[in-house]
Amino acid sequence: MTPPPVVAEDSMRLAEFEARIARDESIEPKDWMPERYRKQLVRMMSQHAHSEVVGMLPEGNWITRAPSLRRKMILIAKVQDEGGHGLYIYCGTETLGVDRHDLVQDLLDGKAKYSSIFNYPTLSWADIGTIGWLVDGAAIVNQTMLAKASYGPYARAMVRICKEENFHKRQGYEIMATLSGGTGAQRAMAQDALNRWWWPSLMMFGPHDADSPNSDELMRWGIKRKSNDELRQRYVNLTIAQAKAIDLTVPDPDLRYDEASGDWITGPIDWDEFWRVVKGNGPCNKERLAARQKAHADGAWVREAAMAYADKKASRTTEAA
Amino acid sequence: MADLALFGALARIGDDRLVLGHRTSEWCGHGPILEEDIALSNIALDLIGQANHVLTYAGATEGAGRDQDALAYFRDAADYRNALLCELPNGDFGVTIVRHFLYGVFSVLQWDALSKSTDETLAGIAAKSVKEARYHVRHAGEWVIRLGDGTAESHRRAQDAVDALWAYTGELFVQPADESALVAAGITADVSLLHATWQSQVASVLHRATLTVPASGWMQGGGRTGLHTEHLGHLLAEMQIVARSHPGAKW
Repeated sequence: MTPPPVVAEDSMRLAEFEARIARDESIEPKDWMPERYRKQLVRMMSQHAHSEVVGMLPEGNWITRAPSLRRKMILIAKVQDEGGHGLYIYCGTETLGVDRHDLVQDLLDGKAKYSSIFNYPTLSWADIGTIGWLVDGAAIVNQTMLAKASYGPYARAMVRICKEENFHKRQGYEIMATLSGGTGAQRAMAQDALNRWWWPSLMMFGPHDADSPNSDELMRWGIKRKSNDELRQRYVNLTIAQAKAIDLTVPDPDLRYDEASGDWITGPIDWDEFWRVVKGNGPCNKERLAARQKAHADGAWVREAAMAYADKKASRTTEAA
Repeated sequence: MADLALFGALARIGDDRLVLGHRTSEWCGHGPILEEDIALSNIALDLIGQANHVLTYAGATEGAGRDQDALAYFRDAADYRNALLCELPNGDFGVTIVRHFLYGVFSVLQWDALSKSTDETLAGIAAKSVKEARYHVRHAGEWVIRLGDGTAESHRRAQDAVDALWAYTGELFVQPADESALVAAGITADVSLLHATWQSQVASVLHRATLTVPASGWMQGGGRTGLHTEHLGHLLAEMQIVARSHPGAKW
């Protein structure tokens, strides 16, 4: 890996910065930071924000078909929360001197990444339960770690977001428990959804540590506190117990319990699938991006109207003064 | 004790909010800006929440063992009592916003009147709902002004929306004959008495938005007696598919 281009930075300031990281001090927007640190944060936070926004689509797909009014309300509230998280994190990136509109444009142009999990389709109501349980569950494991990130605005955003994600996970798990204890068709629906989402959920933590190009730098600067594999293992251990409690089976014939470490060891993850989806060939990559592009294009006249009206109002105020 | 007149009145109140809330929820993830995705989702949530309270109470007054989900998911279009305005497709953002505004002004007036109902349950639901509806009107009204007084295109789209939806506003103020005993007892509100206030509030905002109030003409109706547009059947087919595919299942 190419060493980060920090040599050109003021070495004294860099040493002081790294000493602050070592003392677990929070880095705030007006503090000096290496350009590389800023760039890594913008990359990570904007990917996170994009994921929240794109993630509204697969779940939004079931709002109009939610099978009870209570479930419908919970799902709308949840998807609304995801939009709020997106907005909140986009605002967080603006503390790093970037413009939210440029980040959104990168997403629309296909230049920015978002979590690949949202490139899988939601095919039954049980997928809504599974996303809450597994996808939000995995996100919580990751974000609990990020709540201790060295960059203050991101860490604080994560504290707040984690509280809501815990609610999302609970509602998802509750859906799964209900389905698993329901009719034969409901139970089959639940198991089918788990079969389809289990492996993609493990991939959410990213490649193995040895294959993760950004990890070293992110950990050195306290943006990440734990490795991809450590977080994935924590998630697996939590989730296997939860699956057993509701009598569902994860689709892994090689799954085994390791007495020595107390860990559940999974079979091999299909990294070819992971990279294929990351590179744009998942089942829904094109649809998700097209949906975002369409919403943006259809809304152009609305945004123009809002700007035009704001300009008119401002000039009227000036004239009146 | 079963009270079918009250059940019918509650179905009209609840179905309006359920169907409009469902339509609004179709926007989730597809709004013109993220802030509007959040706002529209919030409005959808409020409306479905109101429907949930009203239909729960409707089921109890009917006394036939139907809860709010039985009413929402297992009635056919002909048994729905919402105004046609609520079931029309969303159209563009202009149609969506203008509908929210036209309906919202009515909704505030209706909830406000119902908050004085002699029926304590209904009065309680109305007192909570009127606060939400006021926010909805503020949100929609501000957008009506922005769109009407924004660009030439937004003005045209907003005026088209007002013109297209206007014929569906009259139905909101036709007082159903079968509710006269309820009105006399102070349980429900006579919607015909709300029309003049609605007209003046709507005209005031349309005027600020540089939009023209359409000349009064033929008003469509039928929703209050179960005679709907072609659109409601499709909406319900989507809404009810999972629940009806698994009769008796718990969710």
